[in-house]
Amino acid sequence: MRVRPSLAFAAVLTALIVPALALDDTERKLETYRQMLKADPWSNPGLLEADRGEALWREKRGPKNASLEGCDLGKGAGKVEGAFAELPRFFADAGRVMDLESRLVWCMERLQGFARADILKRPYSKANQEGTELEALATYVASKSSGMTFAPSLAHPKERAALKVGETLFFRRQGPMDFACATCHGDTGKRIRLQALPYLSKPAEARAVVGEWPAYRVSQGTVMTMQHRIADCYWQMRLPLVDYGSDVTIALTMYLVNQARGGAISAPAIKR
Amino acid sequence: MKHPGLFAVAVAVLTVALLLSLPGGEDGASADAAIKASWTSAAPEWQARLVQDETQKACSQYRNAPPRDVAQAIVVRERASIVYPADGKLMGDWKKGRQLAQSGYGGRFTDYPPRQANGGNCYACHQLDAGELSYGTLGPSLLRYGRNRKFAEAEIKAVYERIYNPHAAIPCASMPRLGASKFLTPEQIRDLVAFVMSPESPVNE
Repeated sequence: MRVRPSLAFAAVLTALIVPALALDDTERKLETYRQMLKADPWSNPGLLEADRGEALWREKRGPKNASLEGCDLGKGAGKVEGAFAELPRFFADAGRVMDLESRLVWCMERLQGFARADILKRPYSKANQEGTELEALATYVASKSSGMTFAPSLAHPKERAALKVGETLFFRRQGPMDFACATCHGDTGKRIRLQALPYLSKPAEARAVVGEWPAYRVSQGTVMTMQHRIADCYWQMRLPLVDYGSDVTIALTMYLVNQARGGAISAPAIKR
Repeated sequence: MKHPGLFAVAVAVLTVALLLSLPGGEDGASADAAIKASWTSAAPEWQARLVQDETQKACSQYRNAPPRDVAQAIVVRERASIVYPADGKLMGDWKKGRQLAQSGYGGRFTDYPPRQANGGNCYACHQLDAGELSYGTLGPSLLRYGRNRKFAEAEIKAVYERIYNPHAAIPCASMPRLGASKFLTPEQIRDLVAFVMSPESPVNE
């Protein structure tokens, strides 16, 4: 039996159109942003947050009326350029491995005299809210490593220990759903509903996505940081809200950044 | 032996090194310590969710590829958890099952106090009804699952058990133990069974 060419054509057309129909509203908006950024990279709304962060960084604030320009992000006091590419790292003054966000909290406490509880009153913005101070600051610092590649240090034993813990946590199954990070991010080409999932233990895939955070999320209209990204994954895993800048989130960041070693930083990127 | 002291030190160093390299040894312990320190504001009943049971421990330690004896122990333990509906009927209402398959509600800290019944969230990972295009691929496609198995009685029981506790058939399966964890009730699970196994269900069109 011969298939009529017009029918075959209709079948091919349907096969092409159906996945396109499956694109939801967010996906369509995302495409608009991608086109916009191609035409003009400065139209990225995440850069507004980076600018706000830079102003916050330079402003004298807090009980000690100090700016963050004295903050040591690992490359010496006030050196922002390239600092994010080498985080998380061990900080002798704190005696622990810190990622960008926990280091920002440290500097706001120590240099500006803010109380930790006040800094962490609103760590993450909700959809369509104004970004938080921590989000703006993190976006600013990360953007100053944009175009560079991840090169986290493993010279200190505590850095190596954090990496080990991060790897263990990535594969640790727990909670009412028995989920580990690896349940969703442990294979290539998988999706949850229509959302593509990166295989984060595979360096080629980690390099493509880890450097995108902090990222501007089209569906939320705000910037999301790596702390927030991880906290949100644990929420989906039906676990309680993980502490901001905790050992767990820092160790997982250490694991992700080491998987992405050599990958380009493009923060703030545009995400779903 | 010239240097018995040196030998003893070498043995001690090797033993410690070996212990540290064992899965679930030092790494597991420091991961547990990190977890203890990282959810300080969570209520005790929520912190309990972070404590692993035996199966979670084994599947984490062996990264879901347990050796034969461990796998066998998981199968035996998890099979014992399965509870069947009181009336023995394993096929419910496929229409209710279809709704449950769509719903991802339940269990997240923003879901309390509960506003609706927990869902199975099947489409997050599986293709089922050909009409639903927004499906995930973490699990196998279940399109025409029942039809492909000739709607066999034994398959109905197997599907019920697979949803209730997948580790009873596949130790260290990725899928949640939706019945054993009491996330879904036996009645909800049999509605899902009907969605997958009923000849009338759109899954089998």
